[in-house]
Amino acid sequence: MPTLWLFGLVLFLAAAGFLAARMRVMTAVSGDRRQLHSLPNYYGWNTAMKAATPALGLLVVWLIAQPMVIDSRVATLLPDQAVSADTTLGLVMSDVRRVAEGLDAAVAQGVMSAEQAGSIRAEFTDVRDRLAEAGVALGSNVSSEVLNAAQRYRTLAATGMLWMTIAVLGVACLGLAWSLRETRPEFRARNVVEQGVRAILLFAALVAILTTIGIVLSLIFNTIEFFRLYPASEFFGSLTWSPSFGGGSELGIWPLLWGTLYISLIALLVAVPIGLFAAIYLSEYAGPKVRAFAKPMLEVLAGIPTIVYGLFALLTVGPLLLEVFGRDGLGWMQAGTAVMTAGLVMGVMLIPFVSSLSDDIINSVPQAMRDGSYGLGATQSETIRQVVLPAALPGIVGAILLAASRAIGETMIVVLGAGAAAKLSLNPFEAMTTVTAKIVSQLTGDADFASPEALVAFALGMTLFVITLGLNVFALWIVRRYREQYE
Amino acid sequence: MTEVKIAARGVQVYYGDTHAIKDVDVDIEDKTVTAFIGPSGCGKSTFLRCLNRMNDTIDVARVTGDIRIDGEDIYDKRVDPVQLRAKVGMVFQKPNPFPKSIYDNVAYGPKIHGMARNKGELDEIVERALRRGALWDEAKDRLNEPGTGLSGGQQQRLCIARAVATEPEVLLMDEPCSALDPIATAQVEELIDELRQDYSVVIVTHSMQQAARVSQKTAFFHLGNLVEYDETGKIFTNPEDSRTESYITGRIG
Repeated sequence: MPTLWLFGLVLFLAAAGFLAARMRVMTAVSGDRRQLHSLPNYYGWNTAMKAATPALGLLVVWLIAQPMVIDSRVATLLPDQAVSADTTLGLVMSDVRRVAEGLDAAVAQGVMSAEQAGSIRAEFTDVRDRLAEAGVALGSNVSSEVLNAAQRYRTLAATGMLWMTIAVLGVACLGLAWSLRETRPEFRARNVVEQGVRAILLFAALVAILTTIGIVLSLIFNTIEFFRLYPASEFFGSLTWSPSFGGGSELGIWPLLWGTLYISLIALLVAVPIGLFAAIYLSEYAGPKVRAFAKPMLEVLAGIPTIVYGLFALLTVGPLLLEVFGRDGLGWMQAGTAVMTAGLVMGVMLIPFVSSLSDDIINSVPQAMRDGSYGLGATQSETIRQVVLPAALPGIVGAILLAASRAIGETMIVVLGAGAAAKLSLNPFEAMTTVTAKIVSQLTGDADFASPEALVAFALGMTLFVITLGLNVFALWIVRRYREQYE
Repeated sequence: MTEVKIAARGVQVYYGDTHAIKDVDVDIEDKTVTAFIGPSGCGKSTFLRCLNRMNDTIDVARVTGDIRIDGEDIYDKRVDPVQLRAKVGMVFQKPNPFPKSIYDNVAYGPKIHGMARNKGELDEIVERALRRGALWDEAKDRLNEPGTGLSGGQQQRLCIARAVATEPEVLLMDEPCSALDPIATAQVEELIDELRQDYSVVIVTHSMQQAARVSQKTAFFHLGNLVEYDETGKIFTNPEDSRTESYITGRIG
């Protein structure tokens, strides 16, 4: 039975349980809901929850565990010589899985009968051709060992599926029966449902946290792999970035890190003053009508895809800067793609991040603070500078650091606006590149995935992650430190 | 008879379409504590905020009529409301110390008005103000700690010291004790009595006992009208208007 069907069936059982429990408890008090401990729907939800949750949990665990168990059992079937020198066990296993799935697909499409699929032999039939008829393309001819393994894989998977269906439905029915038995008028269903809601919310929070951990882990293993192939001292010590896919490349992170920080700095120099001043105007000076119009307009900036900003940098800002600072002007600029181009455009992109958050924070400073300052004879700008902004400072710093994280992680504007040359230079009118842009180019290149030239992307990503993590921790620290002082 | 500090004639205040203050005439004397009493929403705070033009900061508020401090029309075009507020200090209902140190809270007014030539003078001003606010002994060893770390009563005295630091001539207090406990209230009331020697103090209060304790003159407001204005003793013992009598005996409120 396909998993989707099983899932639907469990949900159906839960829905049936809901109605059954509701009906059962209502008959028990002969329709007088005042005699119930909880509202009738709570009894329904209690049953639905107990029918569905354990069953679906088991389904998920089974779906994750089954392939692992089958893989390990099938792998023992493969003789050592099947895994020849130029492949790995992982590659052979993926062949096995493809053949098994191909056979299943062939049966499903009616190209083969189930018996044919079960008795097919590599010695007599060209499995590859037969599967191609079913629309399953294989990279190479199928050896008998692989075919045997695939057949074993199919039987194991089929038995596994069968047992899974039985177990999941069994658990669902058990939960249903048990919760129906406890559905009596005095049963505190409301409290139990409350616990259930809490568990669901906890689960959602856990998923978010575990995903973060998963992302870090997936980076860590590839990063370690990279540092086995390429010395860390070179990576963090070398000032040259010149990958050559033939080997013998120098992969120093500093030119990229410098480009990232330089572009981010220019972006923040644009975004922080403009964003902050816009926020102050909107929250302190603008009338309600201007505010109602201007705030959404500013936030539209945040909705523009970064690739569009990139085009703006490439087609408008770059040539404009070139006219002033280029060969016909001051002569500092060689081409339209430069740190300045990307930085300016990125700054525009960050304005709404700074302004929107700062605006909310400035608005949350109590009016009593302003009154106190006006009452002492301070002007509006004195009040803002000396009372409102200090009170809002932790939040504003948080907003700025959030914008900084965005700037460091930004890719598309850099690719289109800053060029691709990894350089260590102080001239903001030169082309440079950033960590993120190089991650893209290293992973989309033709390099072998196991080579340091490709794996370096993970080390770069890890470094970036550590930097933004540090920035966020720093932001939290600042916010907490000043909060103690200001509340 | 002491001299008149603030003279208001025919003052009307509108909040949008609401007529909040109706034709109020009042003479507030110098070196006197004047209490404004009346039920909630009667306009006493609104009228208080006219005296230092704090109503200017509210968009929908409109004030007409004539208010003179020392004979000068404070709603005249030539008067700078910012300068006026330095001359007419204000203490608010809830203590609202700035998120700064105790020292900087008090030094805020003198700094923005350029009242001190150097750090030494500023130190003196701060000390004098804190002494006037009866906070010096408690705060002198922690001038650099945040003002928000003080207790509620101390915060309110800090706000009074802050208002006093700009050397105002009039001190407006909008229910200054409503957020304080009885002990802190007693301290602040004692302070108000001392401030009377140098300032004209106007205090809005909900507590008739407080008005009786601290003020020499009392004005009773009702529904935007100034009903009765007289010596405090007379208002509380022998009011002329029946509405005043109803209020102080607790029949309207």
